[in-house]
Amino acid sequence: MSILSVRDLHVDYRTQAGPIPAVRGVSFDIEKGEVLGLAGESGCGKSTIASAILRLLPPGTEVTGQILLNGEDVLRMKPGRLRAVRWTRASIVFQGAMHALNPVQRVGDQIAEAIIIHGQGGEREARVRVGALLEQVGLPPRRIDDYPHELSGGQKQRVMIAMALACSPSLVIADEPTTALDVMVQAQVLKLLNDLQHELGLAMLFITHDLSVLVEVSDRLAIMYAGRIVEEGAAHEVFEDPAHPYSRALAGAFPAIGDQQYRMAPAGLGGDPPYPTDIPSGCSFHPRCPLAFEDCPTIDPELYVAGTGRRAACLLVNRPQPVEAGA
Amino acid sequence: MSQREGFVGTLGPRIEGTPLLEVEDLYISFEGRVGLGSGLLGKKATEARAVDGVSLSLAQGEILALAGESGCGKTTLARTIMGLEKAKSGTISFEGAQLGRNLRKYRRRVQMVFQDPTAALNPRQTIYESVAEGLRIHGISRSKDGVSEEQLVARALSRAGMRPPERFFLNYPHELSGGQRQRVVIAGALVLDPEVIVADEPVSNLDASVRGEILRLLLQLRDDLGIAMLVVTHDLGLAWTIADRVAVMYLGRIVEVGPTEEVLQRPLHPYTKALLDVVPEAGGVDRPFLTGEPPDPTRIPGGCRFHPRCPAVASGASAAAGVEDRCRGQDLGLLELRPNHYAACHLAALETREGNGQARVLSTPETSTS
Repeated sequence: MSILSVRDLHVDYRTQAGPIPAVRGVSFDIEKGEVLGLAGESGCGKSTIASAILRLLPPGTEVTGQILLNGEDVLRMKPGRLRAVRWTRASIVFQGAMHALNPVQRVGDQIAEAIIIHGQGGEREARVRVGALLEQVGLPPRRIDDYPHELSGGQKQRVMIAMALACSPSLVIADEPTTALDVMVQAQVLKLLNDLQHELGLAMLFITHDLSVLVEVSDRLAIMYAGRIVEEGAAHEVFEDPAHPYSRALAGAFPAIGDQQYRMAPAGLGGDPPYPTDIPSGCSFHPRCPLAFEDCPTIDPELYVAGTGRRAACLLVNRPQPVEAGA
Repeated sequence: MSQREGFVGTLGPRIEGTPLLEVEDLYISFEGRVGLGSGLLGKKATEARAVDGVSLSLAQGEILALAGESGCGKTTLARTIMGLEKAKSGTISFEGAQLGRNLRKYRRRVQMVFQDPTAALNPRQTIYESVAEGLRIHGISRSKDGVSEEQLVARALSRAGMRPPERFFLNYPHELSGGQRQRVVIAGALVLDPEVIVADEPVSNLDASVRGEILRLLLQLRDDLGIAMLVVTHDLGLAWTIADRVAVMYLGRIVEVGPTEEVLQRPLHPYTKALLDVVPEAGGVDRPFLTGEPPDPTRIPGGCRFHPRCPAVASGASAAAGVEDRCRGQDLGLLELRPNHYAACHLAALETREGNGQARVLSTPETSTS
């Protein structure tokens, strides 16, 4: 059984101007010890998925579909059960660690809080566990009594990671865990997450817009555009040989240094990602797609098989490549 | 400067011909605050040496990328070039003339593009007003050849890729996408017909798929209008994509500078190598990286300022080569180790000289002019 299994997830935010469909039918699985990388631009729905898994979305948001955590549907859990499952089964490392910590509470107490609330120990046991956790994330145990402002950005992110591991969850969701960090610190935090994931056999959902970061840490990749997954497959295959034109553009946004193809020739797409209330007809990517042809504005592509363990939502994948000169 | 005793090398290479923009021996520092108590006890304010001796030149139509970690002084340097911070010492010259007190004319010709277009645009101003603001500040209601303000604004928007420009005149920033906002910011710079654009992380706040288009726009402006650019970035991939030359900064100094292909493909300085090592790529996370936090400009180490974090010192490579004492004890500047490729590293200096069959010993210290 998969650790996490998401089936046909739809999320509509309620606003005064009407519903905003942020996620429009997303399905994926994460197996034990597997890292799934979820990539996409701002507004594509990737962070909404992260929040939906732990039911952290604002009240009134309409969520349909299934989110099976160890086989149990999160969307149908009673509040008490949900509280018990959060943090012990699945936890989140949020982006912007600087803002996620309480500035007037010692970091050790903040980590201990999760342990005590979930009944995994009294104050004394919690403190011992926190010491061990800090060591595990590479912080000296004496940092236990520090306040957040005494730590650097990288250290705060380490505290957030320790907190996410506090109740030994089987799934960790990392939402842009390194985005606000400096390049050198980013490399350190990625290494830490990667080591911990292997060591503890964690399943992980790793979310970021930076495809080059994702391909380093993920086993599989899912690329999102306008609320849907448009391509999925083994991380290296998707990154090195993308089947969907959008994945190709994303991969090109983070060029390898030394690749002459990109020297003085930045790769990019015209136009902007669509607003969720204004999704183009047919394939939602067609107005920006360099390969669009006459069927694209009318036919909404599903995820077609594009090789072993790979799928892509592009009409060109589904049918033999039309011979077009001007493409 | 007194700390230049025994100093070898230069703070920045000169380029051939007259540079359009030239920075020489620039020092910028910020004073920390002292509490009343410690002040009475005679404690001095800590001084952050944000830019600690930098020389830099930019040729006409050249794109120079200034790269480094946060806190290395790259943004301070860019802001000082714009006249937004005051230098402690050193000079900035434009077309050979040193900048004096009156920066108005200079500011017309050197324009800045900031990182966050949402913060750079006034949310209550229409796009037209935002772009025309520069013209009004400089008292230009029509150009020399009789082009009206409206036409100038339209031309700038159109050059920035907002076409047809009239369509956007009455829009407000919130009605535009992130990429379009950055184009408006660029149009605001272009409207004054600048010769230099200083861009601080011009795409890091933009969506991945939009970045390429903005970078393409910058390249196009250089090609069509001959605008020179100083692009401040932490992203070496960006430098690879658009820069002619790359300067790498560490703790207030340029530690390596040269043509992009040279610096990024045959780096000489261990810090540049470390920065290149942490560029994520499909190789996996098991790559070497520098431990520790970004360095502190209030406590710049003696000797080579990189030596406490230097992998070559830590691994014993510099000891084996017999330069470790120099790494720890001798502050050095940039040395031209390959044609037009400069680096401030004792070990690299030794290795390239050996490779070139030259004497093992570093040249005697140059007499410092200042």
